[in-house]
Amino acid sequence: MSGFLRFSAFLVVALGLLSGSAFAAEGAIQPTNWNAVLIFLAFVLVTLGITYWAAQHTRTTKDFYAAGGEITGLQNGLAIAGDYMSAASFLGIVALVYSFGYYGLIYSIGFLVGWPFIMFLMAEPLRNLGRFTFADVVSYRLQATPIRAMAATGTLVVVALYLIAQMVGAGQLIELLFGLPYLWAVVVVGVLMVIYVTFGGMIATTWVQIIKAGLLLGGSTLMALLVLGQFGFDFNALIAKAVEVHAGHEKILLPGPQVANPINAISLGMALMFGTAGLPHILMRFFTVGNAKEARKSVFWATTFIGYFYILTFIIGFGAIVLVSANPIYHVGGDIKAALLGGGNMPAIHLAHAVGGDLMKGFIAAVAFATILAVVSGLTLSGASAVSHDLYASVFKHGAAPEGSEVRVSRIATVILGIVAIVLGMVFQKVNVAFMVGLAFAVAASANFPVLLLAITWKGLTTRGAVIGGFVGLISSLVLTIVSPGVWEAVFGYPKGSALFPYVSPAIFTIPLSFLCCWLFSVTDSSKAATSEQAAFDAQYVRSQTGIGADVAVVH
Amino acid sequence: MDQMTARRIENDPNYQKLVSERKSLGWTLAIITLIMYYGYIAIVAFIPSLIAAPLFGSITVGIVLGVAIILASILLTGIYVMRANSDYDDLTAAIVAANNRGGK
Repeated sequence: MSGFLRFSAFLVVALGLLSGSAFAAEGAIQPTNWNAVLIFLAFVLVTLGITYWAAQHTRTTKDFYAAGGEITGLQNGLAIAGDYMSAASFLGIVALVYSFGYYGLIYSIGFLVGWPFIMFLMAEPLRNLGRFTFADVVSYRLQATPIRAMAATGTLVVVALYLIAQMVGAGQLIELLFGLPYLWAVVVVGVLMVIYVTFGGMIATTWVQIIKAGLLLGGSTLMALLVLGQFGFDFNALIAKAVEVHAGHEKILLPGPQVANPINAISLGMALMFGTAGLPHILMRFFTVGNAKEARKSVFWATTFIGYFYILTFIIGFGAIVLVSANPIYHVGGDIKAALLGGGNMPAIHLAHAVGGDLMKGFIAAVAFATILAVVSGLTLSGASAVSHDLYASVFKHGAAPEGSEVRVSRIATVILGIVAIVLGMVFQKVNVAFMVGLAFAVAASANFPVLLLAITWKGLTTRGAVIGGFVGLISSLVLTIVSPGVWEAVFGYPKGSALFPYVSPAIFTIPLSFLCCWLFSVTDSSKAATSEQAAFDAQYVRSQTGIGADVAVVH
Repeated sequence: MDQMTARRIENDPNYQKLVSERKSLGWTLAIITLIMYYGYIAIVAFIPSLIAAPLFGSITVGIVLGVAIILASILLTGIYVMRANSDYDDLTAAIVAANNRGGK
């Protein structure tokens, strides 16, 4: 009963925060969009209701981390799409197309092609070998303590980088739309996310993702149709008009100056493609389904929804070039040469107003906020699992943590991560959202992906190789990013040209480096442990192929 | 899983068929994906003017290529799922059944 009381108290506080601060909106920013506030409140009420229901059904550790393994392939596909179509994807890619044209599509394609790759080589073994985190898979035949410490570090770094992007996006969006101060917006996201995750665990997180994915797909479809409707459903006419209106004219059909250097193009491509296969909150979703067959279906549905969504964002982006860039009401001071109201991430929101008035704008804004909330919940659950399942239960308690204590630690970690997310959102208020996501992908691709792929497919991998390879990938990708122009010059303000590493993404160097270290420190590892780890590969391989011995869903 | 069980399953002809077929399909499709994507990235990097070349009116080669890669990704994962659902699941079920009967 005390759980219910605590839950109710949280509910009251959360609603109070929302409505109270909406009323306190000051004219300095933007007038409050009541459509957005009401639609968003409806979303919050429904998801809190689901969280309450999920809390009743969260009894075991497996319920908390993996929704009891009872999510179906279609549901999980939608939830993966929900996790993946973050605000950075929606607002960010539309904004990229709006500013640079074709360049935005290169991002979309890179984000998508990681999926078939995950399907063909990783989805089924992941499901057959792991229980709650991707570290389960890597440590299956390797030594738990060092491997989990390494995997948990990789997870927390990626989660933190990704959280920053989402929190900053939320703050900017809310400031513009609901007329709330930045701090309030970040706190609302932090508090709601902690409620979802601590009370409802993976069950609530999954359903929040599914609802959000449905809203986002529906909203984007409607917007794309409204845009095309303005051009008599002639895509050709839309492109022609965009080329005419945009200051860059024909140049917007070129790949863009950012990828003019081949190394930049390939490096970015590698980070986007392989990063997906190393994102801990995405990998964790494979443990929510009952078996390898459902895991497989999840990827197919996820690929379909995400691919469809990216085609829509391209149409929406070109629509924004035509309908937003030339309309003075969306620009500061009514001057079409001036910046967009609310900043560079907002073309999608202004376009919603251009094609559907205040109601559509309110709806899309609420959907974008819901999107951020859902992604942040997934990220936090993944970070909290790394702390409780990998660090607490395995590294500190050596697998002897009492049943129940692991979930308690996870809930405490969720609250702490919520506070950390709010603080990070404040500190990095000025950072570029799309850039932070790119960085998260580069680290995931360099630190998590090589170790995971080799653990599944290569008999020779040893604990020493995996730990060194993982840490080298993590540290090298972080360091090279810090000394790249995007951080060294743009964030730290050192003079142009002073960055030690001249490329936009480190992935082209750090992914091969991580693979090389995994290989080198495995083949030179002549310890007795290494021999038995390699001998254990055969049994692991049989299980990864057949699922024999893997957790099966309990039928209630 | 103990080594004995693993050895027994490894010798099951159904298992050998499952592993070799899935491996060859998986890697074939993965390599097609890689060639498709890095071929595209190579065009972006080395012949960017081709991306902007008009194909149908204002619709360029780059737009058609981009949408084609998105659709091909969906299609390739679909092919894998269809193959897996029709063949691999039956093989896996047979292996599991044989193992449960033969093992303790």
